[in-house]
Amino acid sequence: GKNEYDLLVIGGGSGGLACAKEAAQFGRKVAVLDYVEPSPQGTKWGLGGTCVNVGCIPKKLMHQAALLGSALKDAQHYGWNIAQPVHHTWSVMAQAVQNYVKSLNWGHRVQLQDKKVKYFNMKGSFSDPHTIRGLTKAGKETVVTAENIVIATGGRPKYPTHIAGALEYGITSDDLFWLKESPGKTPLVYYPFILHLYGIIAYISLTDASPDVSLECAGFLTGLGLDTTVMMRSIPLRGFDQYFFPPTQQQMASLVTEHMESYGTKFLKKCFPIKVEKLESNRLQVTWKNTDLGTEETDSFNTVMWAVGRAPDTEALNLETVGVKTNSETGKIIVDASEATSVPHIFAVGDITEGRPELTPTAIAAGKLLARRLFGQSAELMDYENVPTTVFTPLEYGCVGLSEEAAVQCYGSDNVEVYHAYYKPLEFTVAERDATQCYIKMVCLREREQRILGLHFIGPNAGEVIQGFALGIKCGATYPQLMKTIGIHPTCAEEITKLHITKRSGLDATVTGC
Amino acid sequence: QEAAKYEKKVMVLDFVVPTPLGNSWGLGGTCVNVGCIPKKLMHQAALLGQALQDSRKYGWQFTEQVKHNWMTMTESVQNHIGSLNWGYRVSLREKNVTYENAYGEFVGPHTVKARNKRGVEKLYTAERFLIATGERPRYLGIPGDKEYCISSDDLFSLPYCPGKTLVVGASYVALECAGLLAGLGLHVTVMVRSILLRGFDQDIANKIGEYMEEHGISFIREFVPIKVEQIEKGTPGRLKVTARSTTGNQIIEGEYNTVLLAIGRDACTRKIGLDKVGVKINEKTGKIPVNDEEQTNVPYIYAVGDILQDKLELTPVAIQAGRLLVQRLYGGATNKCDYVNVPTTVFTPLEYGACGYSEETAVEKFGEENIEVYHSHFWPLEWTVPSRDNNKCYAKIICNIRDNERVIGFHVLGPSAGEITQGFAAAMKCGLTKEQLDSTIGIHPVCAEV
Repeated sequence: GKNEYDLLVIGGGSGGLACAKEAAQFGRKVAVLDYVEPSPQGTKWGLGGTCVNVGCIPKKLMHQAALLGSALKDAQHYGWNIAQPVHHTWSVMAQAVQNYVKSLNWGHRVQLQDKKVKYFNMKGSFSDPHTIRGLTKAGKETVVTAENIVIATGGRPKYPTHIAGALEYGITSDDLFWLKESPGKTPLVYYPFILHLYGIIAYISLTDASPDVSLECAGFLTGLGLDTTVMMRSIPLRGFDQYFFPPTQQQMASLVTEHMESYGTKFLKKCFPIKVEKLESNRLQVTWKNTDLGTEETDSFNTVMWAVGRAPDTEALNLETVGVKTNSETGKIIVDASEATSVPHIFAVGDITEGRPELTPTAIAAGKLLARRLFGQSAELMDYENVPTTVFTPLEYGCVGLSEEAAVQCYGSDNVEVYHAYYKPLEFTVAERDATQCYIKMVCLREREQRILGLHFIGPNAGEVIQGFALGIKCGATYPQLMKTIGIHPTCAEEITKLHITKRSGLDATVTGC
Repeated sequence: QEAAKYEKKVMVLDFVVPTPLGNSWGLGGTCVNVGCIPKKLMHQAALLGQALQDSRKYGWQFTEQVKHNWMTMTESVQNHIGSLNWGYRVSLREKNVTYENAYGEFVGPHTVKARNKRGVEKLYTAERFLIATGERPRYLGIPGDKEYCISSDDLFSLPYCPGKTLVVGASYVALECAGLLAGLGLHVTVMVRSILLRGFDQDIANKIGEYMEEHGISFIREFVPIKVEQIEKGTPGRLKVTARSTTGNQIIEGEYNTVLLAIGRDACTRKIGLDKVGVKINEKTGKIPVNDEEQTNVPYIYAVGDILQDKLELTPVAIQAGRLLVQRLYGGATNKCDYVNVPTTVFTPLEYGACGYSEETAVEKFGEENIEVYHSHFWPLEWTVPSRDNNKCYAKIICNIRDNERVIGFHVLGPSAGEITQGFAAAMKCGLTKEQLDSTIGIHPVCAEV
C-alpha cells in the first residue's frame, strides 16, 4: 500500500527537527518521533534533543552564571561596592535554566504544530525499510510507514562500566544540568577565600572523546564556587578524531587547561579510576591509580561525573533488520555526501553519523539541505569544511579551519606560516586579571597569496570573535586581506587584524601598547 | 615609531593645551587619555553593574544595596592610562625617537618652533613633517559654557562624582557618555538638537535611543541650551540650564549637578602656523584636505588622523594611515590606506557595530530596487534567564543585488558588538556575498550566529 508519510524523522533534536520543519515547508506530510530513554539516574527531558536539554543551551547558561561570578569580583575594581559574603545557590540557577529549557521544549512542540508536522512521543524501531514501530512509555504500539526516513537519534554519554560502582553512583552531563540540588555540599562562601568542603570530581578519558564537555563542566562548576577536580588518564594533548571539528591542538589545549588550573580547578593527570564506593555519609569514595607514581589513592566526593565520550543511540533502532550499515568501531551510521545510508530512502543526520562534527549548527544545516534535496529540487550538498566552533571553558577557545598540526601535516612545515600574539583584553587591566593565556594564532600558507588555513583565539567572547572570521575563511581570506582590514578599537578581535609576529621568527609575541 | 625602524632621525612634539577647567594629560593623544580607552573601561564598569543585576537571577546572592564609587573607578582608570603614557615614553626612547613635551608651530619653510610649558622656545628643522594634532571638544559659545560645563576632556578624570548630569549633544560621544553614566546609577538627561548619531544608519540610531530611554535615560529633543548659570559651587555644584526650542519660542529650565558638552570636535589646525608654510585647510571645518597618500598641498608636509578632511575619525585608521605612509616614504612600499569598509563600534548600553553602508546611503548610491536588506531581531541566550529585553537586539545586512548579492553593509545591535563586527569586516574585505554568508555554519550558541 501507499506510505502514510512522505518523511518520517526518528529523533527530535537539532538535526531531526530542522529536517522535518524544512520538509513541511514544501507541503509534505511529515512526522517526527522523539523519545528520551531516562538516564541510569532517572533523568529525562522533553522535545528538542541534546542541544536544548542537556547540551549547548544549559551548558552556556551555567557557563554564563560562572562568568557572572567573575564579573562580581571584577566589579569591585571598577568601583562597585558589594558587601561580602557573596555566595551562589545552585537551585536558583538550576530552576531558572530548567524553566528556560522547558520553554524551548514547549516552543518546539508549538512549531511542529504550526508547521503541521505530526509528533509522536515514542521510541522507534525498524520493522522494514519503510515501516517504523513506535512504542510509548506505557507500552502502547503504533505502526507508521513512510516513503523516506531520516535517522537523527544522536548520542548519549558513555559509562565506564568496567569500573565498579560507575553506573550506580556516577552521573553524566545528562544528569548534571537537571540536578535540583548542588552537586557540591553546601552553598559555598565564595570569596574572599574559597571555603569549601567536599566537591566534585569529573573523570575524563581523552582517547576517544573531545575533552570539551568535561572541561566546560569542570570550568563552570569551579566558577560557581564548587571544589572541582578533573581526573584524566593522559595529558590533554593526544590526537583527536580529525573529523571532529578542528582538532583541539596541543598548544591551545594546554593554554586552556593552564588557565583552568590558575582559576581553581584541580587536575589529577595520568590517573585512572579503579572503583567508586558509597560511604555511610552518602559521599562517594573514589579509588584510583596514579600511573606516574605507580600508587593507588583515594578521596571522597559528593559527586562523580563521567565524561568519557558519547555513544550513538542506535541500539533500539533495529538497524540490522533493514541493513543500515554502521561503523564497526564507533557504532555510528555510515553516510555518503548526501547523508544517504546503505539503504535507499533511509538517511541520517547529526551526531549519529560517522565522520561528521558533533555540533548543532552542522546537524541543522545538514537536515535542512537534505529536506531541500528530497523535496525542493535542490542539489546542494552540505559543506563540512571550515566549520567554526567554540569551547566554553572559563577562558573560551574559538577556532575555525586547520590546527597548526593538521596544516603542517597536510602541507609541510616549510609551506606553513604561523602568526601569533599574546594580548591583554582592556577590561582585564582595571580588574587586575591575569591574561597569560589570552592568545591568538593564525595558520597560513606561506606561498605568495598566503591563504588563511586556520584561526585560533583564546579569550573572552571567543565565539563572537570567531564567527565573522569564519565567513572570511569561507571567502578564501588571505593574510594581506586581513592586514588591510582596519581594527575596531578597543576590542580583543582587533588583535587578529594586527598579527605580524611569526613563530618562525622566534620573536616575543606579546602585544605592547596601543 | 614606524619611521624610526628605517633608521630615520625622528622627533615627536606633543603638547596638551589644558581644558577651560584646567585639565591636562600625558603622551598618547585622545584615544589613550580622553577617548577610546577610558571610555571603554567606564562602559565596562557600567556593564558590570548590569551583570550584578543579572547574576542574582543566575543564583548569586549578595546584599540588595549595591552602590558605585566613582573615585575608585576613576583612580583605577587613570592608573591604567598613566601606565600607557609611560609605556609610550619608554617605547619612543627605545626606538630612538626624540620626544619633546612642547607646543609646535610652523614659523617658516621646513622650520618649527617648539614652546614648552615653561615658555622656553626652540627651533627645529626637518626634511619632512607630519601633522597629527587631532581635535578638541567644541563649546557652545553661550554664557557659562566654558566656566561651568565639562567635556569628555574632563569627564574621565573628574575628581568627584558628576551626579545628576545633562549631556548636550547626539554624537556617539554624547550617547556613550550618557549611557555609561546612567549605567553607574546616575540620573542622566540628554538634550538633542535634531537627530541622533548623524551619519550613522538612522534606523539603528533610533533603536539605540529607544533602548536608552526604556532604560532610564531622559531625552529632551529639539532644544538647545542658551545659558548656563551656577546656583551653588561644589564638587559637584548645582547648575541651572536654560534652553530654547528649535521649532518655536518655548523656553525651559532645568537643574543639574553637571553639564557635559558633546556637540562635536574641532581640528587643532588654526594655531600651528599653517599659513606660514602655505598648507591649505578647509576654512569652515579647519580640517586638512590630503591626497590618497596623506600628502597636503605642500609636498613635504603630510597629515594623518582626526584632522583629515573627509576621513574617518578613528584610532585604528590613524594608526594604519600613519604606518603605511612611512612605509611608502622610507620602505619603498606602495600600499595606500584602505578607507573602504572600515568597521566601527559605538559603545552605547546596547552596543552597535557596523561596517560599510548604512541603509539610507546604500539606497542613495545604488537605488532601492538594487539592494536587499536582510534583518532579524534576536534574544541573546544570556539574557533569557534574567528576563532581559527579548526583542531589542537586532542584526541587518545590506546586499547589492546587481553585484552577486555582495554584502555592502553590516549592522549589529547587541552585546559584544565590536567583537562580532571585526570578523565580518574582514570577510567583507574579501568580497563576502549573501550566498557565502548563508553557507557558513554558525557557532552555537552565540549572538554572532544570527
